[in-house]
Amino acid sequence: MISYWKKIPEQAKRLVVLAAILLAVFLVVRPQLVPPDFGELGHFRASALQDIVAQPIRYAGHEVCTDCHEEVAEKKGNSYHRNVACEVCHGPAAVHIEEEETDMLRIPRGRDFCIVCHEYLSSRPTGFPQIVSESHNPMKSCITCHNPHDPTPPEKPKDCAGCHASIARSKMVSHHVYVPCVRCHDAPDEHFTNPRMYHPTKPTKREFCGGCHASDDPSVAGIPQVDIDSHGERYVCWQCHYPHLP
Amino acid sequence: MNILKILNFTNQSQKRRSFVKMFLLSVAAIAIPGRSGSQEKPKKKSGWLLADGYDATEHLWGMGVNINDCIGCGRCVAACKEENNVPRLPFFFRTWVERYEIEANGRVSVSSPNGGYDSFKPELSDKQTIRSFFVPKLCNHCDNPPCVQVCPVGATFKTVDGVILVDSDYCIGCRYCIQACPYGARFLHPVTRTAEKCTFCYHRITKGMSPACVENCPTQARIFGELKKGASPLVRFKRMHNINVLKPNLNTEPKVYYANLDMEVS
Amino acid sequence: MEDIVQHLTPLLKEVSGYIFPNEIELHWGLLIVLYPYLTGLVAGAFILASLVKVFNVKELQPTYRMSLLTALAFLIVAPLPLLGHLGHPEKSYEIFLTPNTSSAMAMFGFVYAWYLMAVLLLEIWFDYRKDLIMWSRKEKGLMKWIHKLLSLFSSDVSEKAIRFDKKSVRVITIIGIPSAFLLHGYVGFIFGSVKANPFWSSVLMPIVFLFSAIVSGIALVLLIYMIVTPMRRKPIDMLCLNKLASYLFYVMIIDFSLETLDFIHRVYESEESIHIISELVSGKLFVSLVVIQVLIGMLIPLGSIAAAKIFKLPDELKKLIYFVAAILVQMGIFSTRWNVVIGGQLFSKSFRGLTTYKMTFFGLEGFLVSFIILIMPIVILYILFKLLPPWDEARQQVT
Repeated sequence: MISYWKKIPEQAKRLVVLAAILLAVFLVVRPQLVPPDFGELGHFRASALQDIVAQPIRYAGHEVCTDCHEEVAEKKGNSYHRNVACEVCHGPAAVHIEEEETDMLRIPRGRDFCIVCHEYLSSRPTGFPQIVSESHNPMKSCITCHNPHDPTPPEKPKDCAGCHASIARSKMVSHHVYVPCVRCHDAPDEHFTNPRMYHPTKPTKREFCGGCHASDDPSVAGIPQVDIDSHGERYVCWQCHYPHLP
Repeated sequence: MNILKILNFTNQSQKRRSFVKMFLLSVAAIAIPGRSGSQEKPKKKSGWLLADGYDATEHLWGMGVNINDCIGCGRCVAACKEENNVPRLPFFFRTWVERYEIEANGRVSVSSPNGGYDSFKPELSDKQTIRSFFVPKLCNHCDNPPCVQVCPVGATFKTVDGVILVDSDYCIGCRYCIQACPYGARFLHPVTRTAEKCTFCYHRITKGMSPACVENCPTQARIFGELKKGASPLVRFKRMHNINVLKPNLNTEPKVYYANLDMEVS
Repeated sequence: MEDIVQHLTPLLKEVSGYIFPNEIELHWGLLIVLYPYLTGLVAGAFILASLVKVFNVKELQPTYRMSLLTALAFLIVAPLPLLGHLGHPEKSYEIFLTPNTSSAMAMFGFVYAWYLMAVLLLEIWFDYRKDLIMWSRKEKGLMKWIHKLLSLFSSDVSEKAIRFDKKSVRVITIIGIPSAFLLHGYVGFIFGSVKANPFWSSVLMPIVFLFSAIVSGIALVLLIYMIVTPMRRKPIDMLCLNKLASYLFYVMIIDFSLETLDFIHRVYESEESIHIISELVSGKLFVSLVVIQVLIGMLIPLGSIAAAKIFKLPDELKKLIYFVAAILVQMGIFSTRWNVVIGGQLFSKSFRGLTTYKMTFFGLEGFLVSFIILIMPIVILYILFKLLPPWDEARQQVT
């Protein structure tokens, strides 16, 4: 070993010593700076998990509210809003359940809050209850007619457009503008209170359209007529014509 | 010997992972003493007992989003900002909602004013929209996360229960992870100057609660749950719908599953 | 918080199409443009120096030590922009202590340390050791001790020791070439490996970075040589200058071919990102990419150097052409870096819209700091020239 060291040129020896010093410094410093739990569970600081888990909770969760607000919970539980958690409208409640006297939750009463969900937007899924707030009792607060904990409308909707605004809008500019919805759809009464469980009927046969569009009846003069046997015979009508905007 | 070990490991882990990565990792494991190798390797260690009776090794989390149920009310966005103290500015979101409007001529317009925080305005123009819908977005908690791959210091990592987290004490703010995320799910917190993102509300799910966005979704468009348990709403969701993930071509293997996702969504 | 609102709010209006809400803040700014630019100069200058030692290009001997010192000056500054852009520069040491082995950026610590310690400093040390000893013997006062310290108090100037020095330099240069390739190729890899960004994600990225680095390095040494030599009232060696220009020309041809290949490949494959990228290139990047990078930074210098080589021009005119061409090349390579770094962040990862980069003047990531960082290597180089004169007449004979 020593004899080997002696054979190394003088300048190389100096470099080796310098490199050894640098390496030693690195090896001494590294453990001082690396967090002791780094690498315990993977290539990260294990205690970071505890830091993240310790973040305070603000939304207490829908189950908690029931403990004190039993009546409201029961009412809401049987309504269309049963799946809407209390905190969606009333805001985060984690502090409130600790200090129920001082930390009061918000009670949104204005129209502008309800329309966050219920304003008509064409992007919203069909069947979700929507209104055009400009025309739906514009001067009234929503809560004068609807109890937010049981929002069933006080009377059944006067026309279908209340929920099916998108279709109504198309129909408004179509040739079918004067055809009432019930001419083609037979809506059971339950549909008005429980729309997703009870569906209205839809025509199933070409002949249904033919009733107006392939008729010899003189009262339908002015309505486009086709020969129902030869006009696109392999298809049902609504595969090509959108009935609400034919 | 070493090569054999690598091959053996690849077989066991059942993960699609490149040989090159394993090779680099093993070379590094030899080169750097004290390194613990691959960070995804599940370890049954008491370190994963995170909260009262919560053993992270027993869970694997994911989220389902049903596009047909989303009404674009933005309550998820608001709840997320509230729960996680995300700056109330239109530049920083852990989750946001996009609105897609597809016109008859093929033109697609996408918008997300303030991330959907204030819901959306009725459209004014007379454009011929043939399809329109909302898409909630968040961190996809990829099984093969590009953000974790590029973090130079080990400040972002994947937990055994499948959540991608950021250690804000250790993050140096280089923002490479933000560049590497294909989904725009990360941002730099303007005050802490560290990377931030959705944690699936890790502080909630480790205590048996659901993430704030899921808790606050009025239409249950978001379904949160276990991926490796049979009796889980998420597994049912995956069984009942045709499922898509975002940018599947990038092989990030997201754990946010979309039902009824349109081809235009990227 | 207030300043970020003031900075970002006007940008909302500049967005065209749709970008993800988190994308309004552009994360890698001017400092990250500087970083590949500076490391590119290092790699380029070093590879030029290697030509002398490994390939025995005698004509370039006058620039050998100059190239090495240039590489060192720029290498010392190269990590500064990286440091400045970090959210927490004070934690940057973590990159050395707990590097994530799958991160290209974490490799920076190793590549940089290796290149600085094992290649550049060693090569300079071995090359200068004899001179350092001889200088310190003659000098008095502070300089004597600086040179003594720099030589690590080495004193062996026997023929054997000097032979060892020479052999070491050669070996280190041979190791140094792949190291220099590694240094800048890896910078390209940092961008080229981001699969989320189709503008960056390309196998050619490291190679394009490398050759543009060599281009910029040669042009820089040429500039320094042409500025420093008259300042020292010495004649410019036309043989050397012509050789430099030739190498610059050849490497530019390779660089341009690679960039063209990358361009054609993208257009031909026409992947989903092609629409947004072509919108970007024909719009917000048109001036910096088509006009500055390609036309002013590449085609005009290529054409003028070619003209200087083909026609028998007087030396003075040649000098002027080379000098102007080298400056244009620097502009071109700088905008190459700009177009990659900034350009790659101007389009949304939704591929549906473009955003804008607004440079600030003050602040860590502003223009002022970048300007200072760009000046620093020149100051360092001046000091290095004083401490370790690279001129031929400063070389010492053992007496």
